Amino acid sequence: MSKVLNFTIDGVICMAEKGQTILNAATANKIYIPTLCNLPGLKPRGSCRVCNVKVNGKFLTACTTPVAEGMEIENNSEDIIDIRKSIIELLLVEGNHYCPYCEKSGNCDLQAIAYKYNIPAPRFPYQFPDRDIEATNGKLLKDHNRCILCKRCIRGIKDEDGKSIFAFKRRGHKVIINIDTRLSANMTDEMAQEAMDICPVGAIIKKEIGFKVPIGERKYDKEPIGSDIEEIKATTI
Amino acid sequence: MKKDVKSIIAKYNKDETRLMDILIDIQDSLGFISPEAIDVISEDLNLSHVDVEQTISFYHFFSMTPLGKYNIYLNNSAVANMMGCAEVAKVFEEEAGSKFGEVSKDGQLGMFYTSCIGMNDQEPAAIINGMVFTRLTKFRAREIISDIKAGKNVEEMYVASYGDGANSNQLIKSVVSNNIRKIGPILSPKAEYGSALKKIIKLSPDEIIDEVKLSNIRGRGGAGFPTGLKWEFCRKAPGDRKYIFCNADEGEPGTFKDRVLLTERPKRLLEGMAIAGYAVGAEEGIIYLRYEYKYLEEYLENVIREAREANFLGKDICKKKGFNFDVRIQFGAGAYVCGEESALIESAEGKRGEPRDRPPFPVEKGYLNKPTIVNNVETLSSVTQIINNGGEWYRSFGTRESTGTKVLSVSGDCLHPGVYEVEWGFSVNDILDLVGTMGDVQAVQVGGPSGRCIAPYDFNRILGYEDLATGGSLIIIGKQRDLLKDIVLNFMDFFVEESCGSCTPCRSLSVIYRDKLKKILKGRGVQKDLDDMYAWRHIMKGNRCGLGQTALNPILTTLRNFPELYEARIQKNKTFDEGFDIHSALKDSFEITGRKSF
Repeated sequence: MSKVLNFTIDGVICMAEKGQTILNAATANKIYIPTLCNLPGLKPRGSCRVCNVKVNGKFLTACTTPVAEGMEIENNSEDIIDIRKSIIELLLVEGNHYCPYCEKSGNCDLQAIAYKYNIPAPRFPYQFPDRDIEATNGKLLKDHNRCILCKRCIRGIKDEDGKSIFAFKRRGHKVIINIDTRLSANMTDEMAQEAMDICPVGAIIKKEIGFKVPIGERKYDKEPIGSDIEEIKATTI
Repeated sequence: MKKDVKSIIAKYNKDETRLMDILIDIQDSLGFISPEAIDVISEDLNLSHVDVEQTISFYHFFSMTPLGKYNIYLNNSAVANMMGCAEVAKVFEEEAGSKFGEVSKDGQLGMFYTSCIGMNDQEPAAIINGMVFTRLTKFRAREIISDIKAGKNVEEMYVASYGDGANSNQLIKSVVSNNIRKIGPILSPKAEYGSALKKIIKLSPDEIIDEVKLSNIRGRGGAGFPTGLKWEFCRKAPGDRKYIFCNADEGEPGTFKDRVLLTERPKRLLEGMAIAGYAVGAEEGIIYLRYEYKYLEEYLENVIREAREANFLGKDICKKKGFNFDVRIQFGAGAYVCGEESALIESAEGKRGEPRDRPPFPVEKGYLNKPTIVNNVETLSSVTQIINNGGEWYRSFGTRESTGTKVLSVSGDCLHPGVYEVEWGFSVNDILDLVGTMGDVQAVQVGGPSGRCIAPYDFNRILGYEDLATGGSLIIIGKQRDLLKDIVLNFMDFFVEESCGSCTPCRSLSVIYRDKLKKILKGRGVQKDLDDMYAWRHIMKGNRCGLGQTALNPILTTLRNFPELYEARIQKNKTFDEGFDIHSALKDSFEITGRKSF
C-alpha cells in the first residue's frame, strides 16, 4: 500500500501518493499549475520554469519536485504569479511570435497561458532575434522563430532504436534545436504528426496540411487552458 | 582519420559516458572534430549525430571546423583588461593580419578570446597550443607572432625562466608563478604525505565523519554546504558503488587558488579524496579538471602514479584490507557552469553541462546515478589537515560560524596579487592592507562575478559565511577604473556567454540586462531603465542553479552599492528612450542610395 501524504496548496488541503510530483498531485486534486515544457508521459525537465511554486520561501518547479508530508505550497501568491508572467513574457520577447499567421494559433500552449495570465504586452523589450526557418526535411518545417526550447521534442521523439532525432545545439541565448538530417529523413507521417503535436508552440509544423481546423474552433478557442483540471471553471488571472 | 578516431573510441571501450575524453582526444590530435569524425563516433557509440553535436557545441574548446596550426586563447576577463589585454590583442591582430574569433586564411593561426584562465595574478595571459603564457606585453606579442611565422615549436617561444616551485618541474615546465603570499595550515608544506591515511585506517568511517563534522568545515567552492553533513548523507545513501569527485573546475573569474593547490600540494588533495572514499564507502575518485589547466596533466598523472606506488592509492591502502581507492582525471572543455556540482557530473558522463533538477541530490543519485560526493579542491585538502590535527584544532581558526582558514585569490589593482591563506574573519580592510593597494580603491569584487561588488563603506565587513561568504576570489578595483564599463559589462558578457540555455530567465533575462547596461553606457538610458532593472531583480530566483540565480549580480550589486554611477549616466531630461538610433541604422542604405540622413 502506498503511503498517503497530506499537504496544502494555497491553504487548500490536498493528498498525494508518496513519490508524486507537486504538479501531478495538484492535478489529481483538481488544481491547475501552468506548464510548458512538461508533458505527461515524458520525464520532466524543469526547463521552462513556468510551473514554479513557492515552498518555505523557496522557488521550486512543480514538475520535478516530489511532494513531502506537510508541505505548504504557494501557487497563487503575488510573487508566483509575477514570476510566471515574467517567464511567459520572456519567452514572447526572446523569439518572434506572430499569432495571426501561425498554424498553431488556438492550439498553442504559450498563447493560451499568456491569455490565461492576462498578458496584453510583455514588459521586456522585444529582442527580434534573427532566426531561421528550416524546410529541408521532407515532412517537417522547423520554425526557430517560435521555438521556446522546452525540449519536449528532444525527450519525446526518438527513432526505432531509441536515438534522438532532436537535440540542443550551442548554449545560452544561442541555443537552438538541432534536427538530425539522416534520422529525420526516415520519419513516418505519424512521427511527423506526433512531433508537431508534442510541440507546445508552432515551431514544428507538419508539411502539406495546414489550417485544417479553422481558427475559432480550436482547443483553446473554446475554454481557457487548465479548464479540464480546475474544479472551479477557469477564468483569466 | 577514420582509423585514428576509431582507435580513440576503442581506447575508451566504446563507452558513451566517456564522450568528453573521446572528443578531447580527437580535438587534440586532429585539430577539430570533423563531420566525418562525428559519423564514426555516432556509429561506434550508437548515438545520433545531433546527440554528439549537442555535447561538442556546448564546450568552448571544441570546434567542428578546423582550428589553426597555432591557436592563441587570450583571456579577456575584467582583470586581464585592467592589466592591458586590449593592447596586447591589438598587437596580435596587427602582426598576424587576422582577427580574434577567426582562423587566418592560410590556416596557420587561430586567435580566440576566452574567459578567465585562472591566471589573474599574472595577466595578460594566454594559452597557446596548451601552454600558458603569462605577463604578456606588446613586445612579447610581436615576438610570439614572429616565432609563429617562423614555425617555431611553442616550447621555444618561452623567454622567461620557469615559475617557482613545481611550475619548473620537468613535467610542467611552465612560466606560471604560484605567488603564494601567505601560508596557513592548508598551504603549509609541513605534514608528511600519508600521515592522515595512516591515522584513519585505525578509525571507523563514522568516526571520520564525526571529526569532519566537529571541524565544522563548509564547502570551499562558494556554496558553503557543511562538508561533514554531505559525507554523512552519501554514506547513508544506498548504492553498490559510490564516487568521490574533486571539483577542480575553478571557473569563477578571479579564482586561481586551486591551481596553486594542485601545483604545490596535490598529494594533500589525493589524500583528502581517499579519506572521503574511506568515509563514505567509495572506491573511485575523479578529479574534474578544467581544460585550461591541461598543462598540469602529466605532472598530476605522475603524482597519482607515485601515490599508487607508495600504496596511498590503489588496493589495500596502507595495508588496510579492503581499503581500495583510486583516482583518475576527467577534463572539462571550457564551460563555467560545469563548476556547479550536478552540471559537473553531467559533463563527466559525456553530456552537456546542464545542471540537474534536485531532488535527487548527487549524494543520493550522482555520477552514473550512484551516490556521489562533489567537493572543491580546497575542501578536500583541508580535510587531510583536519584528520592530521583534529577537528578541534581546526575550529581554533576563524570565527564561530566560519571555522578554519580560507585560501584567497587576490587580483586587480593591488601591489601583490596572489594567493593568501587567511583565517575567516579577516575584514576587507585587513585584506587591502595585506596585499598593498595602489592609490584609492573604488570597489572590491568579493566572490567573483556571481558574488558582489562592495563600496568602501563596506570594507570593514568580514569574510565569513555570516557576512561576506566567498569562494575566494577578491578583485580590487582602483578609482581610475570605469566600474560599469570595465567590470560590470565584462561580467555580464561572461554570464550571457556561460548560461547553459536551459532555464528561461537565465537564458533570456541576462541578455536583456546586459543590453540595458549597454544602452546606459551609450548615454541612451533613462530613469525607467534603472527602475526596471530594480523591479525585475527577483525573476532570476526562478532558475535552477546557482549560476542562473546569481547571473544578474554584477548589475544588481552595483545598482545597490554604486547607484550614483548609474544615475550620472542616464538622461535627466527624458522619460523615454527606445535606445534605437535610426541614423546609424540607416547609414548603410543612405550610403548605397546616395541620400542624406534627415
